[in-house]
Amino acid sequence: MSTETKDHAALADDFNKDEDRVDWHDETLWWIRQKRDKAVNKLPDWELLRATASAIKNNVLSNLSAYLQEFEAKAQNNGIIVHWAADAKTHNKIVLDLLNAKGIKQMVKSKSMLTEECHLNEYLENNNIEVIDSDLGERIVQLAKEPPSHIVLPCIHKKKEEIGELFHLHLGTDKGNSDPQYLTETARQHLRNIFITRRAALTGVNFAIAETGEFVVCTNEGNADMGAHLADIHIASMGIEKIIPERKHLGVFLRLLTRSATGQPITTYSSHYSKPRDGKEIHIIIVDNGRSKQLGRADFRNSLKCIRCGACMNTCPVYRRSGGHSYHNAISGPIGAILAPNLDMEKFADLPFASTLCGSCSNVCPVKIDIHQQLYKWRQVIVQNGYAPAAKKAAMKLMSITLSSPFLYHTSGKAGRLVLRFAPFAVNNRFNPWFKQRDMPAPPNQSFGEWYAKNR
Amino acid sequence: MNDREQIINAIAANQPAFSPSPATHFSAGDQEGLASQFADTLTAIGGVVFIVDSLADIHQHIKDNTSAEHRVISRIGGIAGYSEDIDTTLSPHSLQDVEIAVLKAHFGVAENGAVWLTEELMGNRVLPFICQHLMIALYMKDIVANMHKAYERIGSNSYGFGAFIAGPSKTADIEQSLVMGAHGPKTMTVFLIRS
Repeated sequence: MSTETKDHAALADDFNKDEDRVDWHDETLWWIRQKRDKAVNKLPDWELLRATASAIKNNVLSNLSAYLQEFEAKAQNNGIIVHWAADAKTHNKIVLDLLNAKGIKQMVKSKSMLTEECHLNEYLENNNIEVIDSDLGERIVQLAKEPPSHIVLPCIHKKKEEIGELFHLHLGTDKGNSDPQYLTETARQHLRNIFITRRAALTGVNFAIAETGEFVVCTNEGNADMGAHLADIHIASMGIEKIIPERKHLGVFLRLLTRSATGQPITTYSSHYSKPRDGKEIHIIIVDNGRSKQLGRADFRNSLKCIRCGACMNTCPVYRRSGGHSYHNAISGPIGAILAPNLDMEKFADLPFASTLCGSCSNVCPVKIDIHQQLYKWRQVIVQNGYAPAAKKAAMKLMSITLSSPFLYHTSGKAGRLVLRFAPFAVNNRFNPWFKQRDMPAPPNQSFGEWYAKNR
Repeated sequence: MNDREQIINAIAANQPAFSPSPATHFSAGDQEGLASQFADTLTAIGGVVFIVDSLADIHQHIKDNTSAEHRVISRIGGIAGYSEDIDTTLSPHSLQDVEIAVLKAHFGVAENGAVWLTEELMGNRVLPFICQHLMIALYMKDIVANMHKAYERIGSNSYGFGAFIAGPSKTADIEQSLVMGAHGPKTMTVFLIRS
């Protein structure tokens, strides 16, 4: 994507050019946040569930090496083949080798943010393997040659008219017809044919249970199951942090996941894969790709508790008005902004600054990740490591000089008020980033210092 | 050092001091009216619920709603005429034209309208997903209040594959407009059998 070189602020600027679309995007996500609130308020145990989920994940992180080995042994006992991948490159190679060994050239895939993170589709396509995403939202962005803009709602940024046009071009629907029922039925027929003819299916993993060696995949569409149960080989890709210790802990996480995500009481399908079918294969690829490094960062390791519900995105005032693509990372929004700098601090130095630090993300997080505090801490780490954007560095330096000198502080305050009053054009122009999408405030007549000197 | 050792060593070196697993005690939930709670919840998420007296009532419902050319597979006893032998060795692809699958569920969950099925109740794993319409027989006595009770009931049972299923396959990926029948069944009907 050509946008890769732009930072969050520049990409958000692009998104903000169409004000009606921004409003629509904002309102849609806020509506989903409200649905979450309604579902949550029905459960008297909600806060206890969050606290318990958070404590279970603390236990997982503190004992992860043992839990992973327990999971591996149990899964192998169940007849599942387990692979380990230290990075994205190894993960992709394992998938390719599995397909090549069986002479498979086409694969169907259900939603997996990990494979987005690893850029698996591009890699396989470069190696002459066709990959079709089967989640409707993911299929739509795949046809549009775009990455998903939201981890739960991949095409939340797209209008139905745009989807109608895409389907007209690629799936032969009537031009100008953008009825969701009609488009979904078309996708159903198209993808059913894919499911029936593909010999390999790849899915993500929502939860992997150390105690039993089974793993759980949650979908509303049933696409993970249609792919996996019709294929000869099912490959499931999971990050190391997907482990939970016991089966009974699913009771906690399945109550939290969809209520937080969309306000549903549970996904339509919560599928528990334990053993392969007779004569068929299930492979699990356990992927690190920077996660063990994040585990060693005391201030940031809690980000590994994430269960990928998307609640922090739906509630975020910046995400709602800047869109998922402005985060130029597989995982966008507040959680993406604390995960991405671990992978590449320089490339993602802008993301922790894409926040007002209002704390709404931390308040809705079902596993109680201190997201806004981590955003604040990342800013300091990024500046200390010299990755702060140049303009921000210059502004901070000027601010620091001004604030450390009482004379400069009082003089510049007075000057600012005079400029706003007598020469507003000096700040009400496109060179002042605070003027974008808003008017400058009326200046007060005097500073508090001046008022206090007169009135004490 | 291979990837496995590299990952496990890195995790062992970086994981924080041991933090114990918490207690998992939650409210038992409203034990009264579990059947009506289940029915209300499932209906709200797009399912259809009928209360019947016996398996024969389900048979009658199927007869009334299908014609001879529809392939109907029932995995519950007591319904003659629809019992194809579909063990796990059958190619799942041969099930792509199934109109209705009728399956028994182990139990239902009142708080979310889900039913729990394992592979042996499905006959073939793909059946509850590939059929156009899914019908489930569930005894009223087999409804638990919430997911904690559900996993208590599953306990340490072993299965090759199991699933909670709550309503028809659905998507809202196009402008958040809810559409039933994304890839799986377009409808899900649960027959609650008085007991």
